[in-house]
Amino acid sequence: MPPDIAISLEQIDIIYRAQAYAGGGVRDGGPARAGDYHAVSQATLAVKEGEFVSIVGPTGCGKSTLLNAAAGLLQPANGGVSIYGDLLSGLNARAGYLFQQDALMPWKTALENVAIGLEVAGVDPAIARDRAEHWLAQVGLQGFGLRYPHQLSGGQRKRVGLAQVLIRNPDILLMDEPFGPLDAQTRQIMGNLLLSLWAQERKAVLFVTHDLEEAIALSDRVVIMSSGPKATIIGDYRIDLARPRDAMDVRLDAGFHAIHKAIWDQLRGEVMKAYQGVSP
Amino acid sequence: MSVSKRTLLLLQILVAVVALGIWHIGSSVPILGVYFLPKFFFSTPWDVAARIVKLFSGTLIWKHLGITLTETLLAFVIGAGGGVLIGFWFARRPLINAVFDPYVKMANALPRVVLAPIFMLWLGLGIWSKVALGVTLVFFIVFFNVYQGVKEVSQAVLSNARMLGMTEQQLFRHVYWPSALSWMFSSLHTSVGFALVGAVVGEYLGSAAGLGYMIHEAEGVFDTTGVFAGMVILAAFVLVVDAIVTAIEHRLLVWRPDAAGRNV
Ligand SMILES: Nc1ncnc2c1ncn2[C@@H]1O[C@H](COP(=O)(O)OP(=O)(O)OP(=O)(O)O)[C@@H](O)[C@H]1O
Ligand SMILES: [Mg+2]
Repeated sequence: MPPDIAISLEQIDIIYRAQAYAGGGVRDGGPARAGDYHAVSQATLAVKEGEFVSIVGPTGCGKSTLLNAAAGLLQPANGGVSIYGDLLSGLNARAGYLFQQDALMPWKTALENVAIGLEVAGVDPAIARDRAEHWLAQVGLQGFGLRYPHQLSGGQRKRVGLAQVLIRNPDILLMDEPFGPLDAQTRQIMGNLLLSLWAQERKAVLFVTHDLEEAIALSDRVVIMSSGPKATIIGDYRIDLARPRDAMDVRLDAGFHAIHKAIWDQLRGEVMKAYQGVSP
Repeated sequence: MSVSKRTLLLLQILVAVVALGIWHIGSSVPILGVYFLPKFFFSTPWDVAARIVKLFSGTLIWKHLGITLTETLLAFVIGAGGGVLIGFWFARRPLINAVFDPYVKMANALPRVVLAPIFMLWLGLGIWSKVALGVTLVFFIVFFNVYQGVKEVSQAVLSNARMLGMTEQQLFRHVYWPSALSWMFSSLHTSVGFALVGAVVGEYLGSAAGLGYMIHEAEGVFDTTGVFAGMVILAAFVLVVDAIVTAIEHRLLVWRPDAAGRNV
Protein backbone atom coordinates (compact mmCIF):
# COMPACT_ATOMS: atom_id res chain seq x y z
CA MET A 1 0.00 0.00 0.00
CA PRO A 2 1.62 3.26 -1.07
CA PRO A 3 2.25 5.55 1.89
CA ASP A 4 0.67 8.56 0.17
CA ILE A 5 -2.69 6.91 0.78
CA ALA A 6 -3.75 8.39 4.10
CA ILE A 7 -6.71 6.12 4.76
CA SER A 8 -7.33 2.84 3.09
CA LEU A 9 -10.29 0.66 3.95
CA GLU A 10 -9.76 -2.65 2.22
CA GLN A 11 -12.85 -4.79 1.77
CA ILE A 12 -13.93 -4.33 5.33
CA ASP A 13 -16.88 -6.04 6.96
CA ILE A 14 -18.30 -4.66 10.15
CA ILE A 15 -20.64 -6.73 12.25
CA TYR A 16 -22.35 -5.50 15.40
CA ARG A 17 -22.53 -8.54 17.62
CA ALA A 18 -25.72 -9.29 19.49
CA GLN A 19 -23.70 -10.81 22.29
CA ALA A 20 -20.49 -9.41 23.65
CA TYR A 21 -17.80 -12.03 23.66
CA ALA A 22 -14.92 -12.28 26.06
CA GLY A 23 -12.78 -9.30 25.18
CA GLY A 24 -15.88 -7.34 24.43
CA GLY A 25 -17.39 -5.28 21.66
CA VAL A 26 -17.15 -6.13 18.03
CA ARG A 27 -13.50 -7.01 18.05
CA ASP A 28 -13.77 -10.61 17.04
CA GLY A 29 -13.86 -11.87 13.49
CA GLY A 30 -15.90 -14.68 12.01
CA PRO A 31 -19.19 -14.65 10.16
CA ALA A 32 -22.37 -13.01 11.38
CA ARG A 33 -24.41 -15.18 13.74
CA ALA A 34 -28.11 -15.05 14.47
CA GLY A 35 -29.04 -11.69 15.96
CA ASP A 36 -25.86 -9.97 14.79
CA TYR A 37 -26.20 -6.95 12.56
CA HIS A 38 -24.01 -7.05 9.51
CA ALA A 39 -23.73 -3.29 9.03
CA VAL A 40 -21.01 -2.94 6.42
CA SER A 41 -19.89 -5.48 3.87
CA GLN A 42 -16.90 -5.45 1.53
CA ALA A 43 -16.43 -1.70 1.68
CA THR A 44 -13.35 -0.39 -0.05
CA LEU A 45 -12.33 3.24 0.09
CA ALA A 46 -9.02 5.06 -0.22
CA VAL A 47 -8.37 8.67 0.71
CA LYS A 48 -5.11 10.12 -0.57
CA GLU A 49 -2.94 12.47 1.35
CA GLY A 50 -4.42 15.95 0.95
CA GLU A 51 -7.64 14.65 -0.52
CA PHE A 52 -11.11 15.70 0.58
CA VAL A 53 -13.62 12.86 0.32
CA SER A 54 -17.26 13.00 1.35
CA ILE A 55 -19.53 10.07 2.12
CA VAL A 56 -23.22 10.45 1.44
CA GLY A 57 -25.87 7.82 1.94
CA PRO A 58 -29.27 7.22 3.45
CA THR A 59 -29.65 7.53 7.20
CA GLY A 60 -28.61 4.43 9.10
CA CYS A 61 -26.57 3.01 6.23
CA GLY A 62 -23.27 2.90 8.08
CA LYS A 63 -21.43 6.17 7.50
CA SER A 64 -20.55 6.68 11.14
CA THR A 65 -19.60 3.03 11.31
CA LEU A 66 -17.07 3.54 8.52
CA LEU A 67 -15.57 6.56 10.27
CA ASN A 68 -15.30 4.59 13.51
CA ALA A 69 -13.40 1.92 11.63
CA ALA A 70 -11.05 4.53 10.16
CA ALA A 71 -10.54 5.94 13.68
CA GLY A 72 -9.69 2.52 15.06
CA LEU A 73 -12.65 2.58 17.44
CA LEU A 74 -14.19 -0.44 15.69
CA GLN A 75 -12.31 -3.44 14.39
CA PRO A 76 -13.58 -4.86 11.13
CA ALA A 77 -14.54 -8.54 11.19
CA ASN A 78 -12.86 -8.97 7.81
CA GLY A 79 -10.53 -6.81 5.78
CA GLY A 80 -8.10 -4.23 7.05
CA VAL A 81 -7.62 -0.54 7.64
CA SER A 82 -4.30 1.00 6.66
CA ILE A 83 -3.15 4.45 7.68
CA TYR A 84 -0.28 5.88 5.59
CA GLY A 85 0.55 2.37 4.53
CA ASP A 86 0.60 0.81 8.00
CA LEU A 87 -2.04 -1.64 9.08
CA LEU A 88 -4.04 0.00 11.87
CA SER A 89 -4.28 -1.74 15.20
CA GLY A 90 -5.68 0.18 18.11
CA LEU A 91 -6.57 3.83 17.81
CA ASN A 92 -5.63 5.95 14.83
CA ALA A 93 -3.24 8.43 16.44
CA ARG A 94 -2.87 10.52 13.29
CA ALA A 95 -6.57 11.27 13.02
CA GLY A 96 -8.76 13.89 14.62
CA TYR A 97 -12.40 12.82 14.88
CA LEU A 98 -15.36 15.16 15.14
CA PHE A 99 -18.17 12.95 16.40
CA GLN A 100 -21.77 13.07 15.28
CA GLN A 101 -22.98 12.97 18.88
CA ASP A 102 -22.19 15.50 21.58
CA ALA A 103 -18.77 14.48 22.79
CA LEU A 104 -17.52 17.48 24.74
CA MET A 105 -16.69 16.88 28.37
CA PRO A 106 -19.65 18.50 30.14
CA TRP A 107 -17.56 19.31 33.24
CA LYS A 108 -15.07 21.41 31.31
CA THR A 109 -15.63 24.87 29.87
CA ALA A 110 -15.43 25.42 26.12
CA LEU A 111 -11.89 26.73 26.54
CA GLU A 112 -10.80 23.79 28.68
CA ASN A 113 -12.37 21.39 26.21
CA VAL A 114 -10.38 22.88 23.36
CA ALA A 115 -7.13 23.13 25.31
CA ILE A 116 -7.22 19.60 26.70
CA GLY A 117 -5.91 17.95 23.53
CA LEU A 118 -2.70 19.96 23.82
CA GLU A 119 -2.46 19.66 27.59
CA VAL A 120 -2.54 15.89 27.58
CA ALA A 121 0.19 15.96 24.95
CA GLY A 122 2.39 17.82 27.44
CA VAL A 123 2.04 21.37 26.13
CA ASP A 124 2.41 24.04 28.81
CA PRO A 125 -1.12 24.84 30.09
CA ALA A 126 -0.72 28.60 29.59
CA ILE A 127 0.32 28.10 25.97
CA ALA A 128 -2.45 25.56 25.44
CA ARG A 129 -5.00 28.10 26.66
CA ASP A 130 -3.63 30.74 24.33
CA ARG A 131 -3.92 28.37 21.41
CA ALA A 132 -7.41 27.42 22.51
CA GLU A 133 -8.47 31.08 22.56
CA HIS A 134 -7.15 31.37 19.03
CA TRP A 135 -9.07 28.32 17.83
CA LEU A 136 -12.29 29.40 19.50
CA ALA A 137 -11.99 32.70 17.65
CA GLN A 138 -11.35 30.77 14.42
CA VAL A 139 -14.68 28.97 14.73
CA GLY A 140 -16.46 32.21 15.62
CA LEU A 141 -16.77 31.66 19.35
CA GLN A 142 -14.59 34.39 20.77
CA GLY A 143 -15.82 35.25 24.26
CA PHE A 144 -17.56 31.91 24.75
CA GLY A 145 -14.58 30.25 26.40
CA LEU A 146 -15.96 30.26 29.91
CA ARG A 147 -19.28 28.65 29.04
CA TYR A 148 -20.00 25.05 29.86
CA PRO A 149 -21.34 22.84 27.05
CA HIS A 150 -24.91 22.95 28.37
CA GLN A 151 -24.79 26.73 28.09
CA LEU A 152 -24.05 26.53 24.35
CA SER A 153 -26.39 25.86 21.45
CA GLY A 154 -26.08 22.65 19.43
CA GLY A 155 -24.28 24.50 16.64
CA GLN A 156 -21.93 26.21 19.08
CA ARG A 157 -21.07 22.87 20.66
CA LYS A 158 -20.27 21.47 17.22
CA ARG A 159 -17.92 24.36 16.59
CA VAL A 160 -16.19 23.88 19.94
CA GLY A 161 -15.77 20.26 18.90
CA LEU A 162 -14.24 21.38 15.63
CA ALA A 163 -11.75 23.63 17.46
CA GLN A 164 -11.00 20.76 19.85
CA VAL A 165 -10.03 18.56 16.93
CA LEU A 166 -8.21 21.14 14.83
CA ILE A 167 -6.01 22.46 17.65
CA ARG A 168 -4.10 19.18 17.63
CA ASN A 169 -3.32 19.61 13.93
CA PRO A 170 -4.00 16.00 12.93
CA ASP A 171 -2.94 14.70 9.51
CA ILE A 172 -6.33 13.12 8.97
CA LEU A 173 -9.70 14.68 9.72
CA LEU A 174 -12.71 12.44 10.25
CA MET A 175 -15.83 14.55 10.39
CA ASP A 176 -19.31 13.20 11.01
CA GLU A 177 -21.90 15.78 9.99
CA PRO A 178 -19.92 18.58 11.57
CA PHE A 179 -22.24 21.30 10.32
CA GLY A 180 -25.47 19.46 10.94
CA PRO A 181 -27.15 21.86 13.37
CA LEU A 182 -25.90 25.09 11.77
CA ASP A 183 -27.92 27.52 9.69
CA ALA A 184 -27.19 27.71 5.97
CA GLN A 185 -25.15 30.88 6.30
CA THR A 186 -22.91 29.63 9.11
CA ARG A 187 -22.54 26.30 7.31
CA GLN A 188 -20.96 28.12 4.42
CA ILE A 189 -18.70 30.18 6.64
CA MET A 190 -17.55 27.00 8.39
CA GLY A 191 -17.23 25.24 5.05
CA ASN A 192 -14.95 27.99 3.78
CA LEU A 193 -12.94 27.92 7.00
CA LEU A 194 -12.48 24.20 6.60
CA LEU A 195 -11.49 24.60 2.94
CA SER A 196 -8.89 27.25 3.73
CA LEU A 197 -7.38 25.20 6.56
CA TRP A 198 -7.35 22.17 4.36
CA ALA A 199 -5.65 24.06 1.53
CA GLN A 200 -2.87 25.23 3.86
CA GLU A 201 -2.22 21.97 5.62
CA ARG A 202 -2.95 19.33 3.01
CA LYS A 203 -4.89 17.20 5.41
CA ALA A 204 -6.75 14.13 4.30
CA VAL A 205 -10.42 14.64 5.06
CA LEU A 206 -13.17 12.04 5.29
CA PHE A 207 -16.39 13.96 5.65
CA VAL A 208 -19.89 12.65 6.28
CA THR A 209 -22.88 14.80 5.42
CA HIS A 210 -26.54 14.50 4.57
CA ASP A 211 -26.30 17.55 2.37
CA LEU A 212 -25.31 16.47 -1.11
CA GLU A 213 -24.73 20.06 -2.25
CA GLU A 214 -22.34 20.59 0.63
CA ALA A 215 -20.52 17.37 -0.21
CA ILE A 216 -20.02 18.45 -3.82
CA ALA A 217 -19.04 22.00 -2.90
CA LEU A 218 -16.28 20.90 -0.56
CA SER A 219 -14.93 17.65 -1.92
CA ASP A 220 -12.53 16.20 -4.44
CA ARG A 221 -14.58 13.03 -4.43
CA VAL A 222 -18.05 12.08 -3.28
CA VAL A 223 -18.75 8.43 -2.54
CA ILE A 224 -22.19 6.92 -2.10
CA MET A 225 -23.07 4.22 0.36
CA SER A 226 -25.90 1.80 -0.23
CA SER A 227 -28.62 1.35 2.36
CA GLY A 228 -27.92 -1.27 5.02
CA PRO A 229 -27.63 -4.00 6.09
CA LYS A 230 -24.42 -5.07 4.36
CA ALA A 231 -23.96 -1.54 3.17
CA THR A 232 -21.09 -0.86 0.86
CA ILE A 233 -19.66 1.84 -1.38
CA ILE A 234 -21.66 1.85 -4.59
CA GLY A 235 -20.64 5.08 -6.27
CA ASP A 236 -17.51 7.18 -6.49
CA TYR A 237 -17.69 10.57 -8.22
CA ARG A 238 -14.76 12.83 -8.93
CA ILE A 239 -15.62 16.51 -8.49
CA ASP A 240 -13.55 18.41 -11.00
CA LEU A 241 -14.60 21.89 -10.01
CA ALA A 242 -11.79 24.46 -9.90
CA ARG A 243 -9.96 25.18 -6.66
CA PRO A 244 -9.84 27.32 -4.64
CA ARG A 245 -13.57 27.26 -4.24
CA ASP A 246 -16.04 29.31 -2.35
CA ALA A 247 -18.52 27.00 -0.66
CA MET A 248 -21.38 29.24 -1.78
CA ASP A 249 -20.39 30.51 -5.22
CA VAL A 250 -19.41 27.10 -6.50
CA ARG A 251 -23.05 26.09 -6.39
CA LEU A 252 -23.75 28.50 -9.24
CA ASP A 253 -21.20 26.76 -11.44
CA ALA A 254 -22.65 24.96 -14.49
CA GLY A 255 -20.60 21.85 -13.80
CA PHE A 256 -22.04 21.71 -10.29
CA HIS A 257 -25.55 20.99 -11.54
CA ALA A 258 -24.46 18.27 -13.90
CA ILE A 259 -22.60 16.39 -11.19
CA HIS A 260 -25.36 16.99 -8.66
CA LYS A 261 -27.90 15.44 -11.01
CA ALA A 262 -25.72 12.43 -11.74
CA ILE A 263 -25.13 11.68 -8.05
CA TRP A 264 -28.68 12.38 -6.97
CA ASP A 265 -30.09 9.99 -9.56
CA GLN A 266 -28.17 7.18 -7.90
CA LEU A 267 -28.59 8.35 -4.32
CA ARG A 268 -32.35 8.76 -4.58
CA GLY A 269 -32.81 5.05 -5.23
CA GLU A 270 -30.86 4.18 -2.09
CA VAL A 271 -32.71 6.69 0.05
CA MET A 272 -36.03 5.24 -1.08
CA LYS A 273 -34.83 1.73 -0.29
CA ALA A 274 -33.73 2.73 3.18
CA TYR A 275 -36.99 4.58 3.76
CA GLN A 276 -39.16 1.66 2.72
CA GLY A 277 -37.20 -0.33 5.26
CA VAL A 278 -35.61 -3.37 3.70
CA SER A 279 -35.62 -5.40 6.90
CA PRO A 280 -32.25 -6.02 8.50
CA MET B 1 -45.96 28.90 38.08
CA SER B 2 -45.10 32.52 38.57
CA VAL B 3 -45.04 33.13 42.28
CA SER B 4 -42.53 35.68 43.49
CA LYS B 5 -39.98 34.68 46.09
CA ARG B 6 -41.69 36.86 48.69
CA THR B 7 -45.14 35.43 48.15
CA LEU B 8 -43.68 31.96 48.36
CA LEU B 9 -41.95 32.74 51.64
CA LEU B 10 -45.17 34.20 53.03
CA LEU B 11 -47.08 31.07 52.03
CA GLN B 12 -44.43 28.87 53.63
CA ILE B 13 -44.63 30.87 56.86
CA LEU B 14 -48.42 30.63 56.71
CA VAL B 15 -48.19 26.83 56.72
CA ALA B 16 -46.06 26.94 59.86
CA VAL B 17 -48.39 29.40 61.56
CA VAL B 18 -51.44 27.28 60.79
CA ALA B 19 -49.76 24.11 62.02
CA LEU B 20 -48.59 25.79 65.21
CA GLY B 21 -52.05 27.29 65.64
CA ILE B 22 -53.73 23.91 65.42
CA TRP B 23 -51.22 22.50 67.86
CA HIS B 24 -51.74 25.37 70.26
CA ILE B 25 -55.54 25.24 70.15
CA GLY B 26 -55.65 21.46 70.31
CA SER B 27 -53.43 21.35 73.37
CA SER B 28 -54.57 24.43 75.33
CA VAL B 29 -58.18 25.20 74.38
CA PRO B 30 -60.83 22.66 75.31
CA ILE B 31 -63.35 22.14 72.54
CA LEU B 32 -66.64 20.76 73.88
CA GLY B 33 -64.73 20.02 77.05
CA VAL B 34 -62.10 17.89 75.31
CA TYR B 35 -58.45 18.63 74.50
CA PHE B 36 -57.87 17.14 71.06
CA LEU B 37 -54.09 17.13 71.57
CA PRO B 38 -53.67 16.37 75.26
CA LYS B 39 -50.65 18.11 76.79
CA PHE B 40 -49.31 14.89 78.18
CA PHE B 41 -48.87 13.42 74.72
CA PHE B 42 -48.28 16.52 72.61
CA SER B 43 -46.93 19.22 74.94
CA THR B 44 -47.63 22.76 73.72
CA PRO B 45 -45.80 25.08 71.32
CA TRP B 46 -45.05 27.55 74.12
CA ASP B 47 -43.63 24.92 76.44
CA VAL B 48 -41.47 23.52 73.69
CA ALA B 49 -40.23 26.98 72.72
CA ALA B 50 -39.48 27.82 76.34
CA ARG B 51 -37.60 24.56 76.73
CA ILE B 52 -35.50 25.24 73.65
CA VAL B 53 -34.61 28.70 74.93
CA LYS B 54 -33.70 27.21 78.29
CA LEU B 55 -31.58 24.50 76.70
CA PHE B 56 -29.64 26.98 74.63
CA SER B 57 -28.99 29.21 77.62
CA GLY B 58 -27.06 26.29 79.12
CA THR B 59 -23.88 24.73 77.75
CA LEU B 60 -24.89 21.07 77.72
CA ILE B 61 -26.81 21.35 74.46
CA TRP B 62 -23.69 22.47 72.63
CA LYS B 63 -21.88 19.39 73.81
CA HIS B 64 -24.69 17.17 72.52
CA LEU B 65 -24.77 18.99 69.19
CA GLY B 66 -20.99 18.79 68.92
CA ILE B 67 -20.99 15.04 69.50
CA THR B 68 -23.72 14.42 66.93
CA LEU B 69 -21.97 16.65 64.40
CA THR B 70 -18.66 14.88 64.93
CA GLU B 71 -20.25 11.48 64.47
CA THR B 72 -22.06 12.66 61.34
CA LEU B 73 -18.93 14.11 59.77
CA LEU B 74 -16.79 11.07 60.58
CA ALA B 75 -19.43 8.69 59.23
CA PHE B 76 -19.73 10.72 56.07
CA VAL B 77 -16.01 11.09 55.42
CA ILE B 78 -15.18 7.45 56.11
CA GLY B 79 -18.24 6.07 54.31
CA ALA B 80 -17.83 8.32 51.28
CA GLY B 81 -14.09 7.70 51.06
CA GLY B 82 -14.62 3.94 51.12
CA GLY B 83 -17.50 4.18 48.67
CA VAL B 84 -15.44 6.17 46.17
CA LEU B 85 -12.47 3.80 46.33
CA ILE B 86 -14.43 0.57 46.16
CA GLY B 87 -16.89 1.99 43.63
CA PHE B 88 -14.05 2.89 41.29
CA TRP B 89 -12.35 -0.41 41.80
CA PHE B 90 -15.49 -2.43 41.07
CA ALA B 91 -16.40 -0.36 38.02
CA ARG B 92 -12.99 -0.79 36.44
CA ARG B 93 -12.65 -4.50 37.32
CA PRO B 94 -15.72 -6.34 36.00
CA LEU B 95 -14.54 -9.66 37.42
CA ILE B 96 -14.27 -8.33 40.98
CA ASN B 97 -17.66 -6.79 40.57
CA ALA B 98 -19.21 -10.01 39.27
CA VAL B 99 -17.77 -12.05 42.15
CA PHE B 100 -18.82 -9.68 44.92
CA ASP B 101 -22.11 -8.57 43.43
CA PRO B 102 -24.42 -10.92 45.39
CA TYR B 103 -22.66 -10.10 48.67
CA VAL B 104 -22.88 -6.37 48.09
CA LYS B 105 -26.58 -6.71 47.39
CA MET B 106 -27.05 -8.84 50.49
CA ALA B 107 -25.19 -6.44 52.74
CA ASN B 108 -27.11 -3.51 51.35
CA ALA B 109 -30.46 -5.22 51.83
CA LEU B 110 -29.78 -5.73 55.54
CA PRO B 111 -31.70 -3.27 57.76
CA ARG B 112 -28.84 -1.38 59.40
CA VAL B 113 -30.59 -0.98 62.76
CA VAL B 114 -29.94 -4.63 63.56
CA LEU B 115 -26.24 -3.90 63.32
CA ALA B 116 -26.38 -1.23 66.03
CA PRO B 117 -26.19 -3.63 69.00
CA ILE B 118 -23.29 -5.48 67.38
CA PHE B 119 -21.38 -2.28 66.81
CA MET B 120 -21.97 -1.35 70.43
CA LEU B 121 -20.64 -4.70 71.49
CA TRP B 122 -17.58 -4.28 69.34
CA LEU B 123 -16.91 -0.58 69.67
CA GLY B 124 -18.48 0.37 72.98
CA LEU B 125 -20.93 3.11 73.82
CA GLY B 126 -18.69 5.96 72.62
CA ILE B 127 -18.89 7.74 69.29
CA TRP B 128 -17.33 4.99 67.18
CA SER B 129 -20.27 2.61 67.30
CA LYS B 130 -22.45 5.46 65.96
CA VAL B 131 -19.88 6.33 63.31
CA ALA B 132 -19.81 2.69 62.23
CA LEU B 133 -23.57 2.65 61.86
CA GLY B 134 -23.47 5.82 59.77
CA VAL B 135 -20.65 4.43 57.64
CA THR B 136 -22.67 1.34 56.70
CA LEU B 137 -25.44 3.65 55.49
CA VAL B 138 -23.29 6.20 53.65
CA PHE B 139 -20.93 3.69 52.07
CA PHE B 140 -23.53 1.95 49.95
CA ILE B 141 -25.09 5.14 48.63
CA VAL B 142 -21.75 6.56 47.58
CA PHE B 143 -20.54 3.19 46.33
CA PHE B 144 -23.52 2.68 44.03
CA ASN B 145 -23.37 6.23 42.75
CA VAL B 146 -19.66 6.21 42.00
CA TYR B 147 -19.99 2.82 40.34
CA GLN B 148 -22.80 4.19 38.21
CA GLY B 149 -20.85 7.35 37.46
CA VAL B 150 -17.88 5.43 36.14
CA LYS B 151 -20.05 3.00 34.18
CA GLU B 152 -22.30 5.60 32.64
CA VAL B 153 -19.73 7.90 31.15
CA SER B 154 -21.09 8.63 27.71
CA GLN B 155 -19.44 6.43 25.08
CA ALA B 156 -19.06 9.43 22.80
CA VAL B 157 -17.25 11.46 25.46
CA LEU B 158 -14.99 8.53 26.22
CA SER B 159 -14.18 7.81 22.58
CA ASN B 160 -13.57 11.49 21.98
CA ALA B 161 -11.20 11.71 24.93
CA ARG B 162 -9.30 8.69 23.62
CA MET B 163 -9.08 10.20 20.15
CA LEU B 164 -7.70 13.37 21.73
CA GLY B 165 -4.77 11.26 22.84
CA MET B 166 -5.53 10.63 26.50
CA THR B 167 -3.73 7.82 28.27
CA GLU B 168 -5.57 5.60 30.74
CA GLN B 169 -4.32 7.78 33.58
CA GLN B 170 -5.49 10.95 31.86
CA LEU B 171 -8.85 9.37 31.13
CA PHE B 172 -9.16 8.67 34.82
CA ARG B 173 -8.37 12.25 35.76
CA HIS B 174 -10.33 14.08 33.06
CA VAL B 175 -13.25 11.74 32.41
CA TYR B 176 -13.96 9.00 34.95
CA TRP B 177 -13.18 11.01 38.05
CA PRO B 178 -15.32 14.08 37.24
CA SER B 179 -18.16 11.84 36.15
CA ALA B 180 -18.03 9.72 39.30
CA LEU B 181 -17.73 12.83 41.43
CA SER B 182 -20.78 14.39 39.88
CA TRP B 183 -22.80 11.28 40.66
CA MET B 184 -21.47 11.26 44.17
CA PHE B 185 -22.40 14.88 44.69
CA SER B 186 -25.83 14.31 43.27
CA SER B 187 -26.35 11.93 46.19
CA LEU B 188 -24.70 14.23 48.70
CA HIS B 189 -27.96 15.25 50.37
CA THR B 190 -29.01 11.66 50.80
CA SER B 191 -25.66 10.46 52.09
CA VAL B 192 -25.16 13.32 54.55
CA GLY B 193 -28.72 12.73 55.70
CA PHE B 194 -27.98 9.06 56.26
CA ALA B 195 -24.78 9.84 58.15
CA LEU B 196 -26.93 11.90 60.52
CA VAL B 197 -29.56 9.17 60.76
CA GLY B 198 -26.84 6.67 61.66
CA ALA B 199 -25.51 8.96 64.39
CA VAL B 200 -28.88 9.79 65.92
CA VAL B 201 -30.26 6.26 65.79
CA GLY B 202 -27.04 4.96 67.30
CA GLU B 203 -27.25 7.48 70.10
CA TYR B 204 -30.87 6.69 70.63
CA LEU B 205 -30.16 2.99 71.03
CA GLY B 206 -27.41 3.44 73.55
CA SER B 207 -25.00 6.19 74.47
CA ALA B 208 -24.29 8.93 76.95
CA ALA B 209 -24.31 11.98 74.70
CA GLY B 210 -25.70 13.46 71.50
CA LEU B 211 -29.08 14.62 70.25
CA GLY B 212 -30.42 11.09 69.97
CA TYR B 213 -29.45 10.45 73.57
CA MET B 214 -31.15 13.67 74.65
CA ILE B 215 -34.42 12.65 73.02
CA HIS B 216 -34.17 9.14 74.44
CA GLU B 217 -33.59 10.50 77.95
CA ALA B 218 -36.64 12.73 77.77
CA GLU B 219 -38.72 9.86 76.46
CA GLY B 220 -37.64 7.67 79.36
CA VAL B 221 -39.31 10.01 81.86
CA PHE B 222 -42.36 10.84 79.70
CA ASP B 223 -41.05 14.36 79.22
CA THR B 224 -42.96 15.07 76.02
CA THR B 225 -41.81 18.67 76.00
CA GLY B 226 -38.20 17.48 76.04
CA VAL B 227 -38.83 15.04 73.19
CA PHE B 228 -40.43 17.70 71.03
CA ALA B 229 -37.71 20.22 71.87
CA GLY B 230 -35.09 17.63 70.85
CA MET B 231 -36.93 16.95 67.62
CA VAL B 232 -37.16 20.63 66.75
CA ILE B 233 -33.46 21.12 67.43
CA LEU B 234 -32.67 18.04 65.34
CA ALA B 235 -34.79 19.35 62.46
CA ALA B 236 -33.09 22.75 62.62
CA PHE B 237 -29.72 21.01 62.70
CA VAL B 238 -30.65 19.01 59.57
CA LEU B 239 -31.72 22.21 57.79
CA VAL B 240 -28.41 23.88 58.55
CA VAL B 241 -26.40 20.86 57.39
CA ASP B 242 -28.52 20.64 54.25
CA ALA B 243 -27.98 24.32 53.46
CA ILE B 244 -24.23 23.83 53.77
CA VAL B 245 -24.39 20.81 51.46
CA THR B 246 -26.40 22.81 48.92
CA ALA B 247 -23.80 25.57 48.97
CA ILE B 248 -20.98 23.07 48.39
CA GLU B 249 -22.94 21.39 45.61
CA HIS B 250 -23.49 24.69 43.82
CA ARG B 251 -19.81 25.46 43.88
CA LEU B 252 -18.68 22.07 42.66
CA LEU B 253 -21.29 21.31 40.05
CA VAL B 254 -21.48 24.61 38.21
CA TRP B 255 -21.23 22.75 34.94
CA ARG B 256 -24.45 20.83 35.51
CA PRO B 257 -27.55 22.21 33.87
CA ASP B 258 -29.76 21.52 36.89
CA ALA B 259 -27.32 22.73 39.53
CA ALA B 260 -26.41 25.95 37.76
CA GLY B 261 -29.81 26.95 36.49
CA ARG B 262 -31.74 26.10 39.62
CA ASN B 263 -33.93 28.76 41.04
CA VAL B 264 -37.24 28.44 42.77
N1 LIG C 1 -23.70 -0.53 18.59
C1 LIG C 1 -24.53 -0.98 17.63
N2 LIG C 1 -25.13 -2.17 17.75
C2 LIG C 1 -25.96 -2.65 16.79
N3 LIG C 1 -26.25 -1.99 15.67
C3 LIG C 1 -25.68 -0.79 15.48
C4 LIG C 1 -24.80 -0.21 16.44
N4 LIG C 1 -24.39 0.99 15.99
C5 LIG C 1 -24.99 1.16 14.80
N5 LIG C 1 -25.76 0.09 14.47
C6 LIG C 1 -26.54 -0.08 13.24
O1 LIG C 1 -25.66 0.01 12.15
C7 LIG C 1 -26.24 0.73 11.10
C8 LIG C 1 -25.32 1.86 10.68
O2 LIG C 1 -25.23 2.81 11.73
P1 LIG C 1 -24.46 4.18 11.54
O3 LIG C 1 -24.51 4.91 12.83
O4 LIG C 1 -23.12 3.91 10.98
O5 LIG C 1 -25.38 4.90 10.46
P2 LIG C 1 -25.17 6.32 9.75
O6 LIG C 1 -25.02 6.06 8.30
O7 LIG C 1 -24.10 7.08 10.43
O8 LIG C 1 -26.57 6.99 10.00
P3 LIG C 1 -26.92 8.54 10.21
O9 LIG C 1 -26.80 9.19 8.89
O10 LIG C 1 -28.33 8.52 10.67
O11 LIG C 1 -25.97 9.07 11.22
C9 LIG C 1 -27.60 1.21 11.60
O12 LIG C 1 -28.59 0.40 11.01
C10 LIG C 1 -27.53 1.02 13.07
O13 LIG C 1 -28.81 0.65 13.54
MG1 LIG D 1 -24.08 8.66 11.65
